[in-house]
Amino acid sequence: MQIEMRLISKDKMESMSPTEKLRFVLDGVKSGNIVVLEGGLTSEEQMKLIELTMIEVSEDFPGIEMSGYPSKSGFLHMRKKTRLTVVGPAKTMKTIKKEKDLISAIISST
Amino acid sequence: MKGVFSRLLMALLFKKKRVKIGIYGPPNAGKTTLANRIVHTFVDEEDDVGVSTEVPHETRRVVKREGVNIDLTKNLSQDNPVSNPKTKRSKAKLALDVVDTPGLATKIDFRDFMAYGMDEEVAKRRAKEATEGVIEAIKWLDDIDGVLLLMDSTEDPYTQTNIVIIGNMEARGIPVIIAANKVDLPDSAPQRIKNAFPQHHVVPISALKGDNIEALYGEMAKVFR
Ligand SMILES: Nc1nc2c(ncn2[C@@H]2O[C@H](COP(=O)(O)OP(=O)(O)O)[C@@H](O)[C@H]2O)c(=O)[nH]1
Ligand SMILES: [Mg+2]
Repeated sequence: MQIEMRLISKDKMESMSPTEKLRFVLDGVKSGNIVVLEGGLTSEEQMKLIELTMIEVSEDFPGIEMSGYPSKSGFLHMRKKTRLTVVGPAKTMKTIKKEKDLISAIISST
Repeated sequence: MKGVFSRLLMALLFKKKRVKIGIYGPPNAGKTTLANRIVHTFVDEEDDVGVSTEVPHETRRVVKREGVNIDLTKNLSQDNPVSNPKTKRSKAKLALDVVDTPGLATKIDFRDFMAYGMDEEVAKRRAKEATEGVIEAIKWLDDIDGVLLLMDSTEDPYTQTNIVIIGNMEARGIPVIIAANKVDLPDSAPQRIKNAFPQHHVVPISALKGDNIEALYGEMAKVFR
């Protein structure tokens, strides 16, 4: 089994519109890749991504796994940005475990 | 002149406005069990909001129960009398609409339902309904005034869906109470939830047995008014 990991630069993320961004991430994940986003997705974008994922769930695509590091919250922690978000296909990525400073993606071929 | 009058009118109209509280959380956290308990206690002992089972995604449509009046000055029930005298004072009443939602998930695999003895066709239909349920639950977030986020305190609370709900509510300025459910189970660890979300109100409860439930109602009356 071959799994590709895509590390997407912040510049690339910022060049896309909100819908383009989610489409780009989900298309990458649906083709079996693990997508790592520099700068990450906001909570609102992640919620939209869950919604979009649910629209597209099928027998072959049961959904996504997602994790990330939130940014240090400022004193006005509105619109909290994340620093990094990892999204992968739930089919091959059994779990994403997260500790304070470590995200580990567990990939299983069964 | 007009300003004063319309303001008075507005005050009258909106004074009794109920707050819409969404019960959110992962599948099987106990959302429907809690919704049923609230309605049984404050509305009608015979009236069920929905069915609670150990099968995930049993609730696949959002269910709203309007006009639930939480009144902490009255004795709640035999097994859960209001024990805290502090809740008996001013902030003891809350009128709300309770919204029980399907569990939020990032993946739904029909094969998981087959493990509960459903045949393939039934499992596939259920999976489809479950995805629609998640979408409906997310859409309802735009229409609520407060979130009761339920977590199973025997499980790791630091999941992305929990983090995403909380992040969304913080961004929108909507109040959240976290209920650490299932504290009747021996391996429950509500402290883990408090540690994971230190900036939020966390109330340990058992929706099934009723443990500490009056503390949750007290917190709701305080935070959601
Ligand atoms: N031990 C225990 N079980 C609970 C509690 N609350 C709910 N449950 C059980 O957890 C399962 C899922 O409950 P349900 O209300 O359907 O969860 P929902 O998917 O969040 O609506 C059911 O078997 C309930 O009986 C609780 O406080 N303690
Ligand atoms: Mg339910």
